[in-house]
Amino acid sequence: MAATQQGSSTIEPATVQPPRLEAVPVRHPGRWVAAVLVGLVALSVVVSLAKNPNLDWPTVRRYLFSDLVLSGLWTTVWLTVAAMAMGVVGGVVVAVMRLSANPVLRVVSGAFVWVFRGTPVLVQLIFWGFLGAFYPTTTIGIPFTDVVFFTGRTSDLVPATVAALLALGLNEMAYASEIIRAGIQSVDSGQVEAAHSLGMTSGRTMRRIVLPQAMRVIIPPMGNETITMLKTTALVSVISGHDLMSNIQAAYAQNFKVIPLLVVASAWYLALTTLLSVPQGWLERRFGRGVAAPGPRGGLGRLVSFRPGASS
Amino acid sequence: MTLLRRTPSSTSRATERPGAAGDASSTPPMVLAEGVCKSFGHLQVLQGIDFEVARGEVAVLLGPSGSGKSTFLRCINHLEKVDAGRLSVDGEPVGYVERGGRLHELREKEVAARRTEIGMVFQRFNLFSHQTALENVVEAPTQVKRLPRRVAEERARELLDRVGLADKAGSYPSQLSGGQQQRVAIARALAMDPKLMLFDEPTSALDPELVGEVLDVMRDLAREGMTMVVVTHEIGFAREVADVVAFMDGGVVVETGRPDQVLGRPQHERTRSFLSKVL
Ligand SMILES: Nc1ncnc2c1ncn2[C@@H]1O[C@H](COP(=O)(O)OP(=O)(O)OP(=O)(O)O)[C@@H](O)[C@H]1O
Ligand SMILES: [Mg+2]
Repeated sequence: MAATQQGSSTIEPATVQPPRLEAVPVRHPGRWVAAVLVGLVALSVVVSLAKNPNLDWPTVRRYLFSDLVLSGLWTTVWLTVAAMAMGVVGGVVVAVMRLSANPVLRVVSGAFVWVFRGTPVLVQLIFWGFLGAFYPTTTIGIPFTDVVFFTGRTSDLVPATVAALLALGLNEMAYASEIIRAGIQSVDSGQVEAAHSLGMTSGRTMRRIVLPQAMRVIIPPMGNETITMLKTTALVSVISGHDLMSNIQAAYAQNFKVIPLLVVASAWYLALTTLLSVPQGWLERRFGRGVAAPGPRGGLGRLVSFRPGASS
Repeated sequence: MTLLRRTPSSTSRATERPGAAGDASSTPPMVLAEGVCKSFGHLQVLQGIDFEVARGEVAVLLGPSGSGKSTFLRCINHLEKVDAGRLSVDGEPVGYVERGGRLHELREKEVAARRTEIGMVFQRFNLFSHQTALENVVEAPTQVKRLPRRVAEERARELLDRVGLADKAGSYPSQLSGGQQQRVAIARALAMDPKLMLFDEPTSALDPELVGEVLDVMRDLAREGMTMVVVTHEIGFAREVADVVAFMDGGVVVETGRPDQVLGRPQHERTRSFLSKVL
């Protein structure tokens, strides 16, 4: 206090114009050195990989766009998309059920999550894939009566692709519902009260007010889930599904070119996850509106957004 | 130049505001509470509230923290369910409908429909944080009342202008000051054309220099004949604007009357000791 008083008494406010000062931002010379070092290391790794004869680049090139790989890729992509769609839509329903005031809905959804999250997804795949062995015929009717609407062979009703989708989708539903539940609970209860006080029903409040705000919390872990799903689809080989990884395994089982074929698989998985970060970044920005600090940019954006400090 | 655009009968009432409390004998009171009780588990928060607000009146609720003011306000809007006693808004029992001499509990949709007629303003504003100021005000009219977007937006801009925020229509709540947020919240509540406004400590989360701007808006609203129940610690506002002041403590209304009575010549020791602390 004493110092400022002293200071203000020596300066005459009206007459003395403070000189315009130039602001010098903090410089980061260390970053440039680090960038160069990292660049050098990366370059040497790339060169050594390119020159390594064991990697057998001609084989990689031959298989990268082969029909076998591309058809596996297609299966992987649509299975991932379909299972995730099922997971998200069903997950919202299960999450809302778990948070419902209705005890029947709470118990049913709790049991669903308990079973499908608590057992290995491989077991679930095998169960759906071999459903016909447990229940050779499927009948739809009124239980404990003779009324039957429909009956048919289970293996016709649930072919391998449907089984794969059911297994992955239901499993994802259980996981997604917990992520979505956490997202819903992260929204301040004052938002719900305000919506109710305006005459909005619970359903409309959930759709219009809670879920859009919960999305901000839900999207990053759901991005993780999608990437995990991309690779989990490889498990469908056990019920003779033909995804990317299964086809690659089938190929190297015959020609023993394990490493180059695994490079092919990795290249495709990496390409897919990179592509996925684009919609993720877009969604994060879309649902981050109104939040003071903007979230990080999507993966691709991060890769290309190397900005050196203020250089003028 | 009114904030409100309501039925002809209510606008005409606005002009005769000073007599509003007196001529209410033919119409039911806007809020009528008789022996209202409410418990949370073992904690009995409201222990028989008796309280009445006539059409066009402004009632201020005072009382120490934890005395149940917020709980009572939330009961009026059916955000909390009353355990015992009678509570009615504009002659209709809150949460029930009277048919054939019996009270039938309302379904969720019907409760929501009743709430559209009661505006509520919260201590922590509770603006929808993913929507701009304009979207906040437009939300309920378009979603609940199904007004065409263009009509709702026009009215929303009018309301934002009235609360002095015409230029902030496109701002998100996080970009607004507390006082601005609270004024948007008032505009949002008014957009549903409520017949009753509830305010729960609308200024206590605000910096002192922002309190005035919110109270100004509320004062205008009172002048135009809006029926209001206001929980506040702003004694000056109560003295100037209120028609009725009720002092609550321990879940009951200890004392109620005109502001000059309750604030100037309190009859009860508890009222006196509370006022000596806040004045
Ligand atoms: N949902 C709830 N569950 C349990 N107890 C509650 C709940 N809401 C309020 N209470 C309790 O009820 C009592 C009254 O709360 P209320 O919020 O109505 O007080 P208030 O008069 O508004 O106080 P303040 O001036 O601090 O806002 C408090 O003891 C509080 O802890
Ligand atoms: Mg309170």
